[in-house]
Amino acid sequence: MELSRIVITGIGLTSPNGDSLAEYRRNLLDGISGIEWIDRRYMGRVPAGVCHFDPLKYQKKKALRIGTRAGSIAIYCAREAIADSGLDLEALDRSRIGIYVGTTEHGNVETENEIHNISQFGFDTRYWSHHHNPRTVANNPAGEVSVTLKITGPAYTIGAACAAGNCGLIQATQMLQLGEVDLALGGGVSESIHTFGIFAGFKSQGALGMHEDPTKASRPFDRDRNGIVVSEGGCLYTLERLEDAKARGARIMGEVVGHHINSDSTDYVLPNAERQAECMEAALKRAGLQPGEIDIVSSHATATPQGDIHECEAIRRVFSDCPDTSVNNTKSFIGHTMGAAGALELAGNLPAFEDGLVHPTINLENLDPECNLPNLVVGRPKAAKRVDAILNNSFGMLGINSAVIIKRFSD
Amino acid sequence: MTKDECKKIVIEIIADIAPDEDLSDVKPDVRLRDQLELDSMDFLDIVMELRKRYQIEVPEADYIQLASLDSCAEYLTPKFDALV
Repeated sequence: MELSRIVITGIGLTSPNGDSLAEYRRNLLDGISGIEWIDRRYMGRVPAGVCHFDPLKYQKKKALRIGTRAGSIAIYCAREAIADSGLDLEALDRSRIGIYVGTTEHGNVETENEIHNISQFGFDTRYWSHHHNPRTVANNPAGEVSVTLKITGPAYTIGAACAAGNCGLIQATQMLQLGEVDLALGGGVSESIHTFGIFAGFKSQGALGMHEDPTKASRPFDRDRNGIVVSEGGCLYTLERLEDAKARGARIMGEVVGHHINSDSTDYVLPNAERQAECMEAALKRAGLQPGEIDIVSSHATATPQGDIHECEAIRRVFSDCPDTSVNNTKSFIGHTMGAAGALELAGNLPAFEDGLVHPTINLENLDPECNLPNLVVGRPKAAKRVDAILNNSFGMLGINSAVIIKRFSD
Repeated sequence: MTKDECKKIVIEIIADIAPDEDLSDVKPDVRLRDQLELDSMDFLDIVMELRKRYQIEVPEADYIQLASLDSCAEYLTPKFDALV
């Protein structure tokens, strides 16, 4: 079956170290972390990644009161992506726009807040907000975009643990190829820093990243890494069929040439290097590329002791003889943005098509020998011989794996 | 409590529920929905805030009494008075 070629024509993002692609990329090249201390209910002080975009840029105060943080992040990213694409939303058939937002989880923040609220009233459920259900339905972040931007096409979330950002992008690609929509907004969001539960859960698991300097708390591949730094964030792409993008003279930022999603089918939490390798290989096969043709592998590594080792094993298996394939990691800068991670980590690498630089992994002071990868870019950006193809890994709990490959656009 | 004091309390609640609205010139005899962007969920918020802040219950059958500032004052003032 001949499928349409799908291209990226716009990016809207907010991350702990930048609220636009330009600012984010600059900080990735300059080694600037976005991690800071926050106080979280019941947890006290924890390192976390906080986004500092102005939500009133695109929403009224009342909308912020009624909606969710994830919804607000999604609206900001959607508006920014459309503006970046050069499309005029007013001139588009909004029934032909699809919204596909990856989420790791949704509803925990709002549920915890309501339980706290009724705890102030003797746990009397008469004080439980009527806003609870629209805030906590799983499609909330995508639905808030639909309501706010008056987009009447399909709008839903893709629950895929920490692989969700990639999965949102993949879903958008597939829906365009099926002809279900003519323009897709795809990617992922996270509001996870506003729930104590995720911090407490990782702490109980022995997987919550901690350091006396919060900017050093997220340290993938380092011998002294001690877990995940939870962050909020969002990244949505505008995606179009190539023929549509060309017809309107759009700036094309890259082409989605390969993708794959598979499952470990082995454990609730522990990853499986063999399945991860198979996932990358299947994405390469779809793209028609050899491993050596990938110039940057954007790793998923979250700085958990076991997870990083497993991913390195998988990367070594696939890219064993690829002297020009660099590997980097974005979580070392921004922590784990959960549902946004896949989309954000890819976005930070895309400008490499233009500037030829591979942004580094930071906070790597003592390499764990088990995480030794031949071309890990550490501390400072590396000028690559060429950057024509980027593979972006994103894995999640319950054993979901995803890989996306973006190529520099060439007719 | 005077009816004007009651209206002031209602306006304070609306200011939190509809923070984008200009409440400097709300006409007391005109339906709130006809002069402000308030929907049914917002009226549920008004009911909830009366419960939370003043322990005043407004049964569903009486929601219509909250239509305007005048009708709010007429209906709520005796309820405030009954609290003391």
